[in-house]
Order: sequence, then structure tokens, then C-alpha cells
Amino acid sequence: MKVNELGKDDLLWQIEYNSDRCTFCGKCTAACPFDAIEASVEKRRKVISEGPTPTPKINFQTVPVIKQNIDIQNFCRGCGICEKVCPNEAIRPVKNPDERFAMKVRSYTGNSFTRGGRNNLNTNERAFDKIQIGRISQMTDPSLDAQRHTFEMLAPFGRILPPQQIPLHMVDGKLELEDNLPPVRWIYPIIIGDMSIGALSGRMWEALAIATAYLNEEAGIPIRMCSGEGGMPVRLLKSRYLKYMILQIASGHFGWNRIINTMPDMVEDPAGIIIKIGQGAKPGDGGLLQAKKVAQHIQEIRGVPKTDLLSPPNHQGLYSIEESVQKMFLSLNAAFKFKVPVAIKVSASVTSVSVYNNLLRDPYNIVGGFFLDGIYGGTGAAHEISLNHTGHPVLSKLRDCYLAAVHQGKQGQIPLWAAGGMGMTGNLAADAFKAICLGANGVFTGKLMLQIAGCVGNDHGKCNACNTGLCPVGICTQNPVLVKRLDIDKVAENIVNYFIATDQEIKKLMAPIGNSSLPVGRSDALVSIDSSIAEKLQIQYAC
Amino acid sequence: MCRIGAIKSKNYMHPSKALLLMRSQQKGHDNSGFAMVMQDLGGIFEDYKDLPILSMACTDEGLNIADNILAEEGFLRVMQWCPETNPDPKLIIETMPHYLFQVLQYPKAFKYATPEEKEDLLINTRLRLRKALEVDEEGYVYSFWPDVITLKEIGDPKDIGTYFGLWKESKDFAAKIITAQCRQNTNYDIVRYAAHPFFLQGYTSLANGENTFYEKNKLFQKKLYKGYVGFESDSQCFLYTLHYLNKVLKWPLHYYKHIITPLPYDEILNRKDEKILLKIKESLAHLEINGPNTIISTMPDGTVFTCCDSKKLRPVVIGSTDETVVITSEVTGINEILPERNWEEDIYPHERETVVINNDMKIERWQQ
Repeated sequence: MKVNELGKDDLLWQIEYNSDRCTFCGKCTAACPFDAIEASVEKRRKVISEGPTPTPKINFQTVPVIKQNIDIQNFCRGCGICEKVCPNEAIRPVKNPDERFAMKVRSYTGNSFTRGGRNNLNTNERAFDKIQIGRISQMTDPSLDAQRHTFEMLAPFGRILPPQQIPLHMVDGKLELEDNLPPVRWIYPIIIGDMSIGALSGRMWEALAIATAYLNEEAGIPIRMCSGEGGMPVRLLKSRYLKYMILQIASGHFGWNRIINTMPDMVEDPAGIIIKIGQGAKPGDGGLLQAKKVAQHIQEIRGVPKTDLLSPPNHQGLYSIEESVQKMFLSLNAAFKFKVPVAIKVSASVTSVSVYNNLLRDPYNIVGGFFLDGIYGGTGAAHEISLNHTGHPVLSKLRDCYLAAVHQGKQGQIPLWAAGGMGMTGNLAADAFKAICLGANGVFTGKLMLQIAGCVGNDHGKCNACNTGLCPVGICTQNPVLVKRLDIDKVAENIVNYFIATDQEIKKLMAPIGNSSLPVGRSDALVSIDSSIAEKLQIQYAC
Repeated sequence: MCRIGAIKSKNYMHPSKALLLMRSQQKGHDNSGFAMVMQDLGGIFEDYKDLPILSMACTDEGLNIADNILAEEGFLRVMQWCPETNPDPKLIIETMPHYLFQVLQYPKAFKYATPEEKEDLLINTRLRLRKALEVDEEGYVYSFWPDVITLKEIGDPKDIGTYFGLWKESKDFAAKIITAQCRQNTNYDIVRYAAHPFFLQGYTSLANGENTFYEKNKLFQKKLYKGYVGFESDSQCFLYTLHYLNKVLKWPLHYYKHIITPLPYDEILNRKDEKILLKIKESLAHLEINGPNTIISTMPDGTVFTCCDSKKLRPVVIGSTDETVVITSEVTGINEILPERNWEEDIYPHERETVVINNDMKIERWQQ
């Protein structure tokens, strides 16, 4: 016995196996994408007595069993697929409260521990859940009826000019516009947030795109979807559905070769462009698509060989990131003839207000949106230390940015969009509504879409294997066998249904505060049961 | 619910008309106060149309403070009128020691000043007076503008009328436009500044209901113009938006509805003026209101108008004769002072309408 070796008690998850119930059908081992379990044999000692009086005999048998691998490569992530496929409830993973796995991996390999998913530390208590919609309209301003009244739920995406800067002249007592102005699109206040083809399986990404088109064309919910950094299929770029898609460019510029080459064939302008500077789940860290996920079609879309694809942590510029981003803004604005709004996405950070202040003061009016991504967002792959120990919650930073704009008298000029754990408890409407009252024009959501699609991961160490390319439910993988586990149409249907429900639920929050249009910045509608949260967000404390 | 009223006439009217207009709507009163703004003045003020009139209520000390500031600024008193009061302990009213209406001559240095410079001087002086008087609550300055007087007090409107002798008709004290409300904004503290109508540089607004977008309106307006102060009532926002639209941006009045109740996006797309309406909706999103409100306003040129929020959850009716037009919350008020009118011509505006009365008493109905 060697105490230094990895033991079962070090593992994140331990397999609880009941050989009495097992029929050795083999479904669990076939389904486990991580090779964390395998068929094996065990020697068993059994005392039996067959005669009329006790005549104990000892019998040794070799029996087949399912055994857990104890290995730093093939280890159980607790995804529970074995339990899902077992017809007899004979097997399931159980979380090991005494685990020391990541520590062991670091000490065995000299490498930092990587995984997917979200922050797994301190994820139980959310500020969102300590805020209530506390201003209920009653006598002086009656509540609305969520079913009967009409509501306008649209948010601007694009640079908004103050009235003095709009070039107007008067003709017969009517105002007329003199020039073309920065493009502004009015869209649903929720954007399906940037998850790339590559990070997601083609099927998952396609399901999101189908849901987006359906929501727009059939359900009357003008939602937009952001491509993520990694381009998109040429078929979609050339289709009329491009108008529902926001193209993302990040430091790796993946997929842009194809986008630019397809521009002459585009029949619609995209809904917008987002320049990604940082993301909430691993701020200061670039994207990381491991070679095992760079399948043939990913190579084609991104125009790259099969290799680890690393987006640098920042945009490379000769002098400063500020300058390179400004150049990017100008060139992307110009590329689409100044007809497509260009926005920026940054990680929520102590410095967000400074960045936002600067953008608000920018004299070129080229920034069409400030996307603020907080901790608790998800990611395909990252170092655990980044996931757990870097980042900034979005709510207070969103509020700071809004109030900074108020201080400048420029609220609304660069629309604020917030993300990072939106819908983490399963209710996107409540989170979105609270963010809007605190000053957001809208929110964006990513991880929740995956959970609707069937992602089994959570923020307590379950699965978190997006980095492996072996997603057990076919969402974050390019493995041709695993992706078939995902039913595209069903996922699209579930996402459409979820947004229809969310739409109703947002109205159920707008109605009691008596508003038929979005209460952007209406912080008087919120109360917090936590005085420190109330103080920080400048809302009423209630107990 | 508050009741509000405005009377506009070709002839000078005594404020007793306003009291009568509001009396039959008394169930909306709660003894929180009475306030009125009189514009286009007759009687003893008729000869001073171009000179600013200071409307103020104050203590002895407040009077000193105000006199000193006005002297320092270089204003010269031309005429002062203090209403004769009828004190009676039975009256429900919280009085101030002095109620002053002073007609002042502009400082000498402003002899050749442009109208804009004079307007700026008036607002600066009013803000200075307000700030100085606020320190120890020594007084309240309601308006400082030519051809306008404002009276506000806390108490039972009927008793306030009795105290100031407003029930007795007199040719000395009259105006062609009177706006009045017999209750102040009781959602917040009962303070004199919170009583409608509110006045700023020739613009007057009074409203009922509750401005549910008060917070975002207020945060936005605070940075727009130095005169947007106070915010003791959520209805001040309607006045400031009107002033911003017409005085600061110099946009015509018919864009007011497009700012406070922008059309739904889909409707805008079907309009010829789509581009401009979209820009207004985007640019002034923080001035949107979401009701429930009815607003009555007066413009510097004497135009009076009314409009509602887009869900129209507060009533308003307009009744008229050839000489006089009355806008008020309930028709009973109009029946009281215009009993001879043709009531079939009464107008009950809808949520997308602005009803505008010009100086010829012509009533226009503008559709948004």
C-alpha cells in the first residue's frame, strides 16, 4: 500500500454500486463518456448451508461487477448518466465531502486544474434573491392586469444620442432629421448570450438558432442570439435569419475570415456586433478550446487546424488595448456601412465604471452597448482558479455603472446589458426584472440555455466537464456519438417554451408595479431584506 | 384622487371662479391645501405686464432676507400687494406671517439685456431666494416672472379662500388664465412647494395621479437644467419635461406626448415620421411616464392644454363657451361655472390625445 497514490476517498465523486440489483446489461459503462467506470470482477466469499441441519460451507466465487476507476484522467464527474440509463437503480454517483481531487491533480501533474461550468464557491446565497419587488401599486396607481393590458418589452441596442446631438431642423413646425445617425435596434430585453460553435456542439448551437428564429417569427418575441467567438455556418450567414444574430469578435478573431468572405452574399445585416474584451466566468483569461473539441466542421468554420485554440487574454494592439478596440469599433462600424450597432462586452470588474465612464464620454458615438458580464456565468473551459477565485458579481457593478451614467446625466446613451448567473435558480424573469430596475436595459443569458437543453452540471461540482469534449449530454462536445444524445428539435422547443413562460412572468412583475413599459432604473420598485445590499444598491431596506 | 382645474377666458376672471370650479369636486379634497397660478393678469397688475412679479410667503426674517437679496441683485420695487386676510381660529389653515406679491423693476445693468439674459436673471434670483429662505424655513418663493402670481397654502381650500377673501369677487384681482388644485401631493410630506400647480419660466403644470416613473424622470431631469429643483412632488417632472421640450430644446408642443407617452415601437414603424419618433423615444426614454396621470399645462404664450398617460387611468373633461374654456377632473365643476354651455360639446379626451386651447378660445384636438 502506498499512501501517496490516488485513492477513492480523494475523488470528487464516488460510485455507489449495488451488485444485487445489477443485471450486467452494460448500459452504464457504455454511457459513461469519461471511462470512469468499467466492468470488472470481484472475488466473493459466501457461507452456505444446504442440509437439514446447519452444515456451513465456505464458497468462493468470482462475480462480475461495475467498478470505479481511480485515475486523474478517467474519473467520475458526478454527471449521473449511469444512474439515468440504469434500468434497475443499481448505480449512482455520490458526492464525496472529503474530496481532495484538484489538490492531488496539481501535486501529481504540476499543472493547474482545469474544468468547465461556473464558479463553485459561495454559490448558495445570491444578492438577487435578497431583493424583492416591494412596491406594489394599489390605490393611487392601480396595478395592471398582466393578461389584459398590453406591455411593451423592448430594449435599445445601439448608441443613443442626447437630443442636442441629434441633427434636427424644423419644417412647418415638424422636426426632421438631417443625417444618418448611429443605428439603434429595438429588441427583446434578453439576449441569448455568446456561446460559440466549438464550445457548444453544432447541434446545440443550431437548436439555439432555431429557437431564436422561431421566437421571432412565430412567437412575437424579438429575441437576439449572439454567436460567441467562433463564427457561424455560412448557410446561416447567407440566410435572412442573420438579422436575428449578433456576431461576436474576440481576441482570437476566430471565424471572421469566413464572415468577411461571406459579406457580399449576405441578404440581411446582422443584428449587431459584440466586441468581447472579457467574460465574467474567467475574467482576464482568454477563451480556450481544446484540440479534442476542434472537429472537422469547427476547423472549417474557424479556418484553423486541429489544435488547442487559445484566444489571447486581451486584444493585441501596438500601444494600448483601448486603441486597438477603438480601431476595431471603427472598422466594424465601417464594414457594415455604419448600419449595424457595435457593442462591447467586458467582465464585471472594479474598473468597470471607469471603462463605462470613458465610453460615455467618447466623442465618436460608436459604442452601441455595454455588456457587463459578472461572475457566476459559465464557460466551456477554464482554470479552476480563475473560475473560483476571479471575478466580480454583476449586480452592484451594474448599479455602479448606471449611477455613474446618472452622475454624468448620460443614462441610456450607451445601453447597459448585464449577465453572469442570470436565471441561476431557474427563474430568468425575476433576475432580469431586478437587473432592469437597477438600471440595465436588458440582460443576456447563456448557461441557463444549456440547462434547459439538458445540461446536468451545477455549481456544486456536478459534471463541470465542458472542457473535456466529452459532455455526457451532447451539449459541449463535438464527439459524433455523444452529440446524438441531443434532440435538436426538442431543445429548440424547450427553449421557445421557456421564453414564452419568461415573457409571461416578466409581465407578472410589471403589472403589480403598474408599468406597461420596462421600468429601466426604477429602483424604487425594489426592496432588500439585507441592509448591506440595500445600502450598496441604493434601494430601500425592508424587514 | 386629486381634482385639478384650469379656466381660460377672453375676459379677466376672479379666483372665486376657481374655488367654485373645485368646490363641487370636494370629495377629492383632504384639507391638505389649495394652490393656484394666475397668468395674464388684470386688475391692479394689468399695468405691469412686462415686469417680474415675486410671489412669496414668508416670516419677518424671511422678508428681510428676501429684501436684502433683491436689493443686492439690483431690483427695485415698483408695487407691492398683500392680500387682506381674515384670521379666524375656526379656519383650517396653516398661515405664514406674510404673503407678498411684489412687482419689481429689472436692475439697471439689465436695461439693454436680451430677453434671455433677463429670464436667466429671474431664475437665478428665484433659486437664490429659495435657497436662502430654505435654511430656517423662513419663506417660500413660488414664482418670479412677469404677469404671473402664485398662491399656495396648507389647509381646507374653502377656509383658505375665506382667509384670503377669495370668495368675494373683485375686479382688482383677476386673470385670464387660472389653474388650481385643492389638494397637494399627499404621498409625500405636506409642504408648500409640493402643491400644484408648479411654475417655471412661463410654464405651469398641474396633474393628478401618480407618476410611477418619478425615480427615473427625476434622476434624468436633475442634470438637464438648473431650474429643475425641488422634486417635492412626483408631478413636478411633467412641468420640467414640458419646459425642457419647449424652452430648452425649442421643440413644438405636439412632441410632448411623443416624449411622455411614446407610441409602441410597432406603431412608430407604420408612421411617416418614423425616424424622428424613434429618435425621440430613444433619446428621451428617461422622460417617459407610465401613468396614471392627467396633466393640465399652460404655455408662456397663454396656450392651455391637457393630456393623459397612455393607459389613461385618470379622468378629465373640457367644457366651453365662446368666451371661456374650462378643463377639470369632473364635469360637475364645469356645470358649476359654465351652466349655460352646450354640454354636448364637452370633450373627454382619450389616451393619445392632446386638447389644446389657444388664445382665441379655439379648441384643437391633436392626435398623437
